[in-house]
Amino acid sequence: MGHSELAAIFGVAASSSAQRAFPFLTVLVLLPAGAAFLLLLVPKSVTTAVRSIGIVTTLAVLALSAVVFGEFHSGVGGLQMTSVHPWVAPLGISWSLGVDGISLFLVVMSALLFPIALLGTGERENEKSFTVWLLLLESACLGSFLSTDVLVFFLFFEATLVPAYFIIAGWGHERRGYAATKFFVYTFVASAMLLVGIIALVFIHKSQTGVTTFSVSALANTHLSSMAGMLLLLSFTIAFVVKAPVFPFHTWSPDAYAEAPASGSIVLAGIMAKLGTYGIVRFDLALFPHAVVVIAPLLMVLGVIGIIYGGIVAAAQRDLKRLVAYSSLAHMGFIVLGAFALTSESVSGAVLQMVNHGIYTAALFLLIAMIYKRTGTFQIGPLRGLQHRAPLLAGTFTVVVMASIGVPGLNGFVGEFLILAGTFITHRWYAVVATGGIVIAAIYMLWGYQQVFHSPESEAPPEGAFPEMTWSERAVIAPLIVIIVFLGVWPAPILSRITPTVDNLVNHVVQVGHANVPAPGLPAITTQALQGGSGQ
Amino acid sequence: MIHAAFLIPAFPLAGFALLALFGKRLGNPLSGWIATALVALSFVATVIVFIALFQRAPSARIVNEPWFNWFAAGRLRVNVGLLIDPLSMTMAAFVTGVSSLIHLYSIGYMEHDEGYPKFFLYLNLFVFSMLMLVLGGNLIVTFFGWEGVGVCSYFLVAFWFGRPAATSAGKKAMIYNRIGDAGLLLGIFLVFERTGSLQYTTIFSRLGNVSGTDLVAIALLFFLGAAGKSAQLPLFPWLADAMEGPTPVSALIHAATMVTAGVYLMCRISPILHLAPDAAHTVAWIGVATAFVGAMAGCAQTDIKKVLAYSTVSQLGYMFLAVGCGAYVAAIFLMLTHAFYKALLFLGAGSVIHGMGDEQNIKLMGALRKYMPLTALTFGIGWFSIAGVPPFSGFFSKGNVLENAWSVTPALWAVGALTAVVTAYYVGREYFLVFYGSERWAKSDSELVDAGHGGHEGARGLHPHEPGRVMTIPLVVLSVAAFFGGILNLPVHPHLVFLERWLSPVVGATLFNPHDSPGKVWAFSLVEAVLALSGVVAAYFLWRDTVDRPKLEPRFLLHAWYIDAAYDRFIARPSTALATFSATVVDTKVIDGAVRGIAGVVGTIGGRLRKVQTGYVRNYALGIIGGTVVLVAYFLIRAKG
Repeated sequence: MGHSELAAIFGVAASSSAQRAFPFLTVLVLLPAGAAFLLLLVPKSVTTAVRSIGIVTTLAVLALSAVVFGEFHSGVGGLQMTSVHPWVAPLGISWSLGVDGISLFLVVMSALLFPIALLGTGERENEKSFTVWLLLLESACLGSFLSTDVLVFFLFFEATLVPAYFIIAGWGHERRGYAATKFFVYTFVASAMLLVGIIALVFIHKSQTGVTTFSVSALANTHLSSMAGMLLLLSFTIAFVVKAPVFPFHTWSPDAYAEAPASGSIVLAGIMAKLGTYGIVRFDLALFPHAVVVIAPLLMVLGVIGIIYGGIVAAAQRDLKRLVAYSSLAHMGFIVLGAFALTSESVSGAVLQMVNHGIYTAALFLLIAMIYKRTGTFQIGPLRGLQHRAPLLAGTFTVVVMASIGVPGLNGFVGEFLILAGTFITHRWYAVVATGGIVIAAIYMLWGYQQVFHSPESEAPPEGAFPEMTWSERAVIAPLIVIIVFLGVWPAPILSRITPTVDNLVNHVVQVGHANVPAPGLPAITTQALQGGSGQ
Repeated sequence: MIHAAFLIPAFPLAGFALLALFGKRLGNPLSGWIATALVALSFVATVIVFIALFQRAPSARIVNEPWFNWFAAGRLRVNVGLLIDPLSMTMAAFVTGVSSLIHLYSIGYMEHDEGYPKFFLYLNLFVFSMLMLVLGGNLIVTFFGWEGVGVCSYFLVAFWFGRPAATSAGKKAMIYNRIGDAGLLLGIFLVFERTGSLQYTTIFSRLGNVSGTDLVAIALLFFLGAAGKSAQLPLFPWLADAMEGPTPVSALIHAATMVTAGVYLMCRISPILHLAPDAAHTVAWIGVATAFVGAMAGCAQTDIKKVLAYSTVSQLGYMFLAVGCGAYVAAIFLMLTHAFYKALLFLGAGSVIHGMGDEQNIKLMGALRKYMPLTALTFGIGWFSIAGVPPFSGFFSKGNVLENAWSVTPALWAVGALTAVVTAYYVGREYFLVFYGSERWAKSDSELVDAGHGGHEGARGLHPHEPGRVMTIPLVVLSVAAFFGGILNLPVHPHLVFLERWLSPVVGATLFNPHDSPGKVWAFSLVEAVLALSGVVAAYFLWRDTVDRPKLEPRFLLHAWYIDAAYDRFIARPSTALATFSATVVDTKVIDGAVRGIAGVVGTIGGRLRKVQTGYVRNYALGIIGGTVVLVAYFLIRAKG
């Protein structure tokens, strides 16, 4: 049942790439970690060497991800550039990596955001340990997105916590200790559920086939009773919804995003949040299609609540970073809504939106960091009339705000549109309520912008107290702005690589899970009716 | 030549890019001239494509011009491309034409402004967005332009960002627009779900499969979008606030072009509206109600621009009345003539504000015809046009709307006719207060400073004067258009209804109701002429020499029926309270409180059990792993059993 779809999802897509001599993905994952260990040998005092190694490594990873993008065959749904090496053979654990339409752009986006997080946030104390942690975090994130072995995925997924914890606790703001511990404990507890689920799934699979394996493609063939499937789905999902976060599991995130240093906020909101939504699309949908169909309405309700509630709470924030944190809650709501609406349009939109959100949220945190560097505050109250002093910074901020509220022509629109249009087909009223979110987004974002940038000149910081963006700041933010515009004007090359994988996945869920949704590629109206109507 | 259509939006986009990169270096006035030239080139391109289209047979005048695949997923395919047809080209012609004139005018009006290059940057971006809106070949390209003009409107209303009133007005405009946009988006989703397409020509060919209820829903959702963009009940209060923007912006965006986008959209989807008569009736009634509400509010305003703002609300109401009656040609005809005379009135107002040193209160003006004769003359032409005095353009265009309303139901006609009298009256009131009476600005100089009205440096020691030529040329050109605009569609002979014959391949014939005999048309015209003149005469006797008539300027009309105040009281304030409550109580106390509560309980139990509370994360982690093992064991037992 559904075996050919599974082959399409997990199978090796291009036979040539399977035999490729150079293991791009393995190098991609291990390069930052290797550089981190190399850094340990460098004396702490040689800051320039430390910085250079960090920058060169993250840029090399970026270049390598560009190569992966170039080598990626568009129009192919399955995993590409796979490398599989038995690791702990008796337990069926293998080092197996692969990239497909769902993970490709998350990898590229991560590779882009790490050098920006490193470069864009200025000098800091104890540069060496910071760089070590950040590089380890990059390896863990890339490993999570690329692993096709559930246990290796879990290890990477968990491994992200440690560097993230130390980055928040070590380089954060006033309440960093509290925020870091809350973040760690909350997400760790949730991840424990994931481990329980993984081990249970593997044992069930073994009892049926006699084979111990952690391979996603093999585990997807496990026959699960509806109760077992439901429990396993919940155990996986709890880890993912906490990580994303999804309402009501979000209360660690405003603290963590606000207290983390700028680089930490960029990685937390831009990349690590996507580990949760990625997990939903990659594992929930593929492994438990029956249970997904049953539980989808619950998660869509949480998504829609997140959109509306996140927006309402964002409107009452008095701290720029917390405002962005709650707006992220709303955006994550859109992604979860799209993922569980289970149409090709909505799931493609959700995957695209993960990338889009990463880009504009990173840009927002970068710009907020520039304001903090000049004023020493994130509070909206004391910040007034900044546009008088730094029009370019204000203009850039405006572009990012417009992207985040989904103005067409910038990158936030297409993902949101696909999510809502796709959701509307199968779950009309969820889409209707969620569309209200675009009004709320305009309210809190424009309010925040007005408070901080628009005011009489007399209330602005004195001349010279708030300098314009420096050239290095411009250089760091420029790539993000270019991508925001590019993905808004021409997302087709991205979507053409995402949709084949998503179509296979949605077909799999629809056929196996007996979901009541139209198959992709077929219009909802009958062909006969069409012919009748085209005569006029 | 039709392929040259891409040049129409390309020129203003190039202007935007040029000014974004080099605006500061080009400076004042060069950046303004470049922006103006590019919009003028766009107008030239429009004329060329227009002629090319005109030379085709009427049935071959609907041309899709796809450019590239914007995005695609599932069965959703969206191209970026244009739809060239008589409707879109008519819109493009008047948008680029009026924009060129207002760009030219702005070179003079904004000459002393610090943000001069930025102003033209936004203005060019606006023209580009507006052209994508009207030329877009599918709903998403139109939506791109739709949101684009909304964003530009936000930028331009809040242009003087040091003024809190201006920035709040910009934000308000954007939020009201977004409420409409949410409705429009839902309409688009419904169209996509029911027809499987977003391309206009494809949608219209598949309407036979869509149920009547869905068609009504689609039409009303689109109308919600249109009501936001075009300031109709209940979403109109933003337009009066939007007058905080520079006057050329009010003329271009908030009178001539952007606010008519809603009317355009409804005409564009006329095949849907045609099949949804219930929705059409709703549109007609909301339109005529808005026309009346807006006109009455215009009677009591004291700000020279706010009179015109409510007038625009009212005139847009007339256009929706026409749309709701199925008289799409009449709606477009009124839109065109309104663009001429309302842009003229706003630019005239700008000329007055400019000459009066930024004074906007009409009660503090008077007798300006002696100092600004050209402005007074052209403003007068604008007044007679909007009033519908024959043979000015408004006489013909408003007449068309009213005749079509009568053929649907005389009740609609009656409200529209009453509003016509009010229209002639309230613009007349403004005209006399500004250009006639005594020179109140001269004698009250010192009193004003005492009363706190002073403040603008140039406002004192006033020497009202005509502006320079870049500002008077647009006034003269628009006066000619406002006077002769009726020629576009003279209902005296079937050969003279040019607009009707031009647009009929797109919207069908609607102007001549088959039941209307020539005698009936003449009778209507006579009645409408009398209505217009009675308003003019009333204004003359009431306001020629009098400044204050409190009974004719009741407070509830000054505050536009208190609708905005009611929204503030019953929607905005409770929403703010809800947001604060959600943030401070629900989120921090309830949700996060539960999380902290659970953590506290676990911590306490752990502490009692192990008597060790190091607080180190690794200990928590250890505990969690221990718990995990227990859970795994439990799971396995369950799963096997």
